[in-house]
Amino acid sequence: MQFELRKLMLATTLALLAGTTLAANKTLIYCSEASPSGFDPTRQVTGTDFDASAETIFNRLTEFERGSTQIRPGLAEKWDVSADGLTYTFNLRKGVKFHTTPYFKPTREFNADDVVFTLQRMIDKNHPFNKAAPADFPYVSDMSLDTNIAAIEKVDAHTVRVKLKTVDAAFLQNLAMSFASIHSAEYADQLLKTGKANQINTQPIGTGPFVFRSYQKDSNIRYDGNKDYWRKGEVQLDKLIFAVTTDPSVRYQKLQKNECQVMAYPRPADLKSIEANPKLNLLKQAGFNVGWLSYNVEHKPMDKLEVRQALDMAINKPAILAAVYQGAGQPATNPMAPTQWSYNKKLKDAAYDPVKAKALLKKAGVPEGTEITLWAMPVQRPYNPNAKLMAEMIQADWAKVGIKAKIVSYEWGEYIKRAKAGEHDSLMIGWTGDNGDPDNWLGVNLGCEAVGGNNYARWCNKEFNDMVVKARTLSNQAERTKLYEKAQEVFKRELPWTTIAHSTVYQPVSKSVEGFKVSPFGLNSFYGVTVK
Amino acid sequence: MFSFIFKRISVAIPTFLGITLLAFALIHMIPGDPVLLLVGERRLDPEFYRAAMQRLGLDQPLYVQYWDYLRNLLQGNLGESMVTHEPVMAEFLKLFPATVELSLCAMLFAVVFGLAAGMLAATKRGTVIDHTVMGAALTGYSMPIFWWGLILIMLFSVHLGWTPVSGRISLEYDITPVTGFMLIDTLLSGEEGAFKSAVMHLILPAVVLGTIPMAVIARMTRSSMLEVLREDYIRTARAKGLSRSRIILVHALRNALMPVVTVIGLQVGTLLAGAVLTETIFSWPGIGKWLIDSISRRDYPVVQGGILLIATMIIFVNLLVDILYGVINPRIRHAR
Repeated sequence: MQFELRKLMLATTLALLAGTTLAANKTLIYCSEASPSGFDPTRQVTGTDFDASAETIFNRLTEFERGSTQIRPGLAEKWDVSADGLTYTFNLRKGVKFHTTPYFKPTREFNADDVVFTLQRMIDKNHPFNKAAPADFPYVSDMSLDTNIAAIEKVDAHTVRVKLKTVDAAFLQNLAMSFASIHSAEYADQLLKTGKANQINTQPIGTGPFVFRSYQKDSNIRYDGNKDYWRKGEVQLDKLIFAVTTDPSVRYQKLQKNECQVMAYPRPADLKSIEANPKLNLLKQAGFNVGWLSYNVEHKPMDKLEVRQALDMAINKPAILAAVYQGAGQPATNPMAPTQWSYNKKLKDAAYDPVKAKALLKKAGVPEGTEITLWAMPVQRPYNPNAKLMAEMIQADWAKVGIKAKIVSYEWGEYIKRAKAGEHDSLMIGWTGDNGDPDNWLGVNLGCEAVGGNNYARWCNKEFNDMVVKARTLSNQAERTKLYEKAQEVFKRELPWTTIAHSTVYQPVSKSVEGFKVSPFGLNSFYGVTVK
Repeated sequence: MFSFIFKRISVAIPTFLGITLLAFALIHMIPGDPVLLLVGERRLDPEFYRAAMQRLGLDQPLYVQYWDYLRNLLQGNLGESMVTHEPVMAEFLKLFPATVELSLCAMLFAVVFGLAAGMLAATKRGTVIDHTVMGAALTGYSMPIFWWGLILIMLFSVHLGWTPVSGRISLEYDITPVTGFMLIDTLLSGEEGAFKSAVMHLILPAVVLGTIPMAVIARMTRSSMLEVLREDYIRTARAKGLSRSRIILVHALRNALMPVVTVIGLQVGTLLAGAVLTETIFSWPGIGKWLIDSISRRDYPVVQGGILLIATMIIFVNLLVDILYGVINPRIRHAR
């Protein structure tokens, strides 16, 4: 009798175990849009690369809250900033394990050496590892981190101190960006010793929610859920697979057939059908971007404020939003996205008023039939899906007030180069936020330093610039907000741009997917996500 | 005989050189700045830009770039990918089996159905069947591959749910490449259901890729069959009282096949050109998709190398068909 009972218990336990393994074996397939060029986020620049590495395999000292632009502690549990804003002391998290794979078995947990290695490598071109595997770190130099970091010190095994040369209020945000993903110093050492340093880009080791398993170029990337992940409960998938599918209509078909459960970049034309599909959810979020028209304030007659005002109020924005964005966007008033903190909600656009515009032009002494160039981008961008159509609409609007716009377009590289040289009268361009800091909009695109760079309006206004430069050196967010809100008022008064639209980001997912959040930065992350 | 082969080869060499020149020139005519694409639009520091141009050899005059290109080529060095930093040749060899597998299946489909359709049309000459088959062949021949592929996916994959949408195998299976041929590798892996999955994935792309060659073969078979059926020996065979099927399958088909074989050889070029589109539609990881992806990435060395390798293959196959044909049919050798 007892024997029988034991047998029964054993059978029940086995059945339960079998049941749990079955239920636990969760696989999510993501139809991605392209192959990543590598898995070392430090040297990459595109979202495709970051999705496949930074968002899956790696962690950073600070990280963005999922679906938000706010930062939260990552591998750094907490941090202190010195009173002068120049020294950052990071207290590192304990008990974080690096991935174990067929090509690497860590002998120790994550510590200060890994942070020092990662940061040193980014800023020191003569770092032994960089000599062994030469690479460029475009983001690091773009953000001037390579010149602004004065020293990186290991205080003890779990404390790292970073000293800056000048105050950078966005430093913590910058460290949350994909490129600042923390590598394993032990793994790097091993690679260096075996002369395979470049393998850091093809066989990555991180601390992140997913462990790299294999990559077949132009076909698929395989990850395993990290069972030892330090953020308990964030990894609910056993397997994550990226199915590289370059054609958007095929991606959609695969999603419909449940060959993948999440897809990248739907075609605008498919949105209606996706929304109507009972098996799919169409998630959306206001894009963290802005598309605009820059006036070159160094060229006549755009140097006059009345002319800029006139051109601005002559543009029929609602018509553009309907035709160019087909409803997938909202009108832009400020030179930053509405979800960016310090966005000035009080500002308003001037009303569409061709009659008043014509009068203003007359007052400014601009004769009817004046010719100016209107540059239209040759490529599709999230912030401007159809620049050519937009240009034609603006051309027609301006013709009504007596301005003859000549539409100019160059191959994309040429376009940027010539625009930076200031050859245009007015030009279409845009921006997608990188790190959730206001300086990433106002400083980079409108600061005096950015003339000849991203400041295509070549607008250097002392009042505006002083505020932005000062705000950069403050660490108090409330004080910074005040300055940025004022700076936006100056911007709106002086009108170096006509801000046009923020596009909406769409993300179709299967109804079986739970917990997926659309990233304002356009990244795709699968931690905290599960499938039914 | 040798002088015939020699002549053929001596024609192939300048053709090959012409293609190297074209492959080289083509890339310089395509708009797009490789440096900008590599580093992204945000970074245009003039010094960095110059350094990158120099590293890629793009600052040299064109003839120097061409000469370097040829010299490397003769050493079997096609350069390395600007994106993956792997040798172009190694990448090609890794992806080539996928294209061969797809092309062979497409060819098999084209030959089987093309011959059958052509024979059917020839034997039912002038009937509704003949007109239908030939109409279908003409439609198939003029079908844009891209559109045709999407239509079949919509119908068979999305609506009916019979076949998968894209890829070589369901991603549930993790097959380690041994031969590179999925059909063989799945059998070697011993994973249950993997082979079936691979076959299901092959059907639609093979049909799409095989459609044009099938139409060509069907038309060729029909006309060649009709010609043969008029010959005296067929009449003799018929007079001897042989069965109709025996006459057609044994006597007529064998002789009608001769021109069809040549056409099959010539279709290799069509197949490779079609593979570029078919592989893109079906996310088939072969050389066609590799080429398209590299073009969009402006991966100069891969585009140059890929075009060259594909063109060389076409030249080589045509050369082979020519020579074989000369061996089989002596009249060709002596004709001017």
